[in-house]
Amino acid sequence: MSKDKMLQGIRRAKPDALPLPEMPNFAVPPEVLPILFKENSEKLGSRVLLSASQLNLKEQAKQLFPDAQKIVSPLAEVASTVDLSHISDPHELADVDVAILRGQIGVAENGAIWVDEQDMQHRVLPFITQHLIILLEQDKLVYNMHQAYAKIQVDATGFGVWIAGPSKTADIEQSLVIGAQGARSLTVILD
Amino acid sequence: MNQHAQKAAAFVSNQERMHWHDEALWMVRSKRDASTHGISEWEQLRELGSQIKDNVLSKLDQYLEQFEANAQKNGVQVHWAADAEEHNRIVHGILARKKIERIVKSKSMLTEECHLNEYLIEQGIEVIDTDLGERIIQLREEPPSHIVMPAIHLKKEEIGELFHEKLQTEKGASDPQYLTESARQHLREKFLQAEAAITGVNFGIAETGGVVVCTNEGNADMGVHLSPVQIHCMGIEKIIPKAEHLGVFTRLLGRSATGQPITIYTSHHHRPKPNGEMHIVIVDNGRTEQLGREDFRNSLKCIRCGACMNTCPIYRRSGGHSYGYTVPGPIGSILTPGKDLKKYSDLPFASTLCGSCSDVCPVKINIHEQLYKWRQVIAEEGHLPPAKKKGMQMVSWLFARPKLYRLAGRWGRRLLRLLPKGLLYHRFNTWGRDRDLPEPPKESFQEWYRKNRRS
Repeated sequence: MSKDKMLQGIRRAKPDALPLPEMPNFAVPPEVLPILFKENSEKLGSRVLLSASQLNLKEQAKQLFPDAQKIVSPLAEVASTVDLSHISDPHELADVDVAILRGQIGVAENGAIWVDEQDMQHRVLPFITQHLIILLEQDKLVYNMHQAYAKIQVDATGFGVWIAGPSKTADIEQSLVIGAQGARSLTVILD
Repeated sequence: MNQHAQKAAAFVSNQERMHWHDEALWMVRSKRDASTHGISEWEQLRELGSQIKDNVLSKLDQYLEQFEANAQKNGVQVHWAADAEEHNRIVHGILARKKIERIVKSKSMLTEECHLNEYLIEQGIEVIDTDLGERIIQLREEPPSHIVMPAIHLKKEEIGELFHEKLQTEKGASDPQYLTESARQHLREKFLQAEAAITGVNFGIAETGGVVVCTNEGNADMGVHLSPVQIHCMGIEKIIPKAEHLGVFTRLLGRSATGQPITIYTSHHHRPKPNGEMHIVIVDNGRTEQLGREDFRNSLKCIRCGACMNTCPIYRRSGGHSYGYTVPGPIGSILTPGKDLKKYSDLPFASTLCGSCSDVCPVKINIHEQLYKWRQVIAEEGHLPPAKKKGMQMVSWLFARPKLYRLAGRWGRRLLRLLPKGLLYHRFNTWGRDRDLPEPPKESFQEWYRKNRRS
């Protein structure tokens, strides 16, 4: 079997054991995390709303995307156009205009937000939706990726992802185009 | 024989295009610099990345077994492929069992290396590359010219023409926004029809048995989460020990590749979706052999960011296709001789040995030193072209005779000054084709030293 053959080959070829380095605690600059997060998110094309709106989430989404027909969310506080728990085939989400999710952790150095299967209910939702809104509590912000990975458990669910902005590409002559195959926009509401 | 120099000459013959290519890549390199300078611990991160990979390579068998056991616990089916052919057979087997006819793929240099697309298409399966750059070159039926920006060699007008022909966009339209939108609509259809999705793997986590896939477009996720079957193809060297090490690699990868602080999507796949199937194919295809070469094993640390290409003065001016291999540029030139020394014997010479590749490498691979070492192996194995071999022999004969060497030097300096141009610049002096010979010094260093050492 190839497995045994491959492993035996590796055992013969590999060098003597080398130690795994200790992970240091990198110094965290004394910056205001929400401001840094906003700055870095915007660099990657996201929109960050800092102040809590008086409107409820769905009204806010409608205000942001007046043409949106189908606004969905697994969150109890949002009146989802369709009940996501009734959907069994992810293809049914192909016409979603706006999805609203709650993120677990935000990273100030790069604007990335962790969401896992439980937060999105359907793995394809944050990608297939035309526009994505992620709610994030300000006290869930950390400075760098080391702190971020310490806070999450990557295998808590079957799928988890750092989302750092809207889908983008620069594959045609290095011209930045927002809205490649995934969501066309990312709005982060820091509450 | 691969003939990098000839293919590069063809690329260089269009000066305007060469400069355009050079500048596009230099811009990416500059973005990389700007984003790395913002992190005070950047050099420490590179060192950590390098050390983690050192540890991985020294315990690769254990980590792979741990990875497999944990993946299986998660309900993932793990396959092992010794070479490209077995890899292709395994992937086809998974598809054939489910009678799958349409698949989507995200970027994977490994499947390029294995020529999976051609293999599956021959078996009658529709294979759609979904990264925009990859889709462009797939429609053009050519290989990628860069590992991160596969279509960097093309102008928007050429892509506009291609899309007009293949995707029925407006004739003459070349606006990147418009072309990207057309591709989005076209690919959405393909995502919704696909029965299986194939991705490459950026990192495999031994501790949890999961794989991490990074994209900016979200194309890997669109494919994987819509299709009932997901297949992740991973080279054995992609393993990292623990999830916490992703802290280091996610900080290094995006910044080194395009100057972004992180890729837009960093997806961690651990279990199949409800009612879905998840497969991981672990592939060797010559990597173990490279692991066994002490001088060259460090090349397996590569995280495929492409920074060494963007900075390389040769790559920028010769284009990715001149290398004749899936992974071009400096890193490709140290990986390929291990695969076929004779065929790729010219690639380690496609370098100025300036060392810029090693300076930007996020995992500190000593690329330029390995290029130099491969040159020696190639000479020892007798794969130098005849002219170079003969020249080396003549020079070493001369160097072994000090008196004659000094005499030749004296005459050489004199002749360079006296001989007419026509005798100095001719078809055998290839060096002088685009350059002037140096101004000959009046005396050699030895003559100068003799005169001055006592004063």
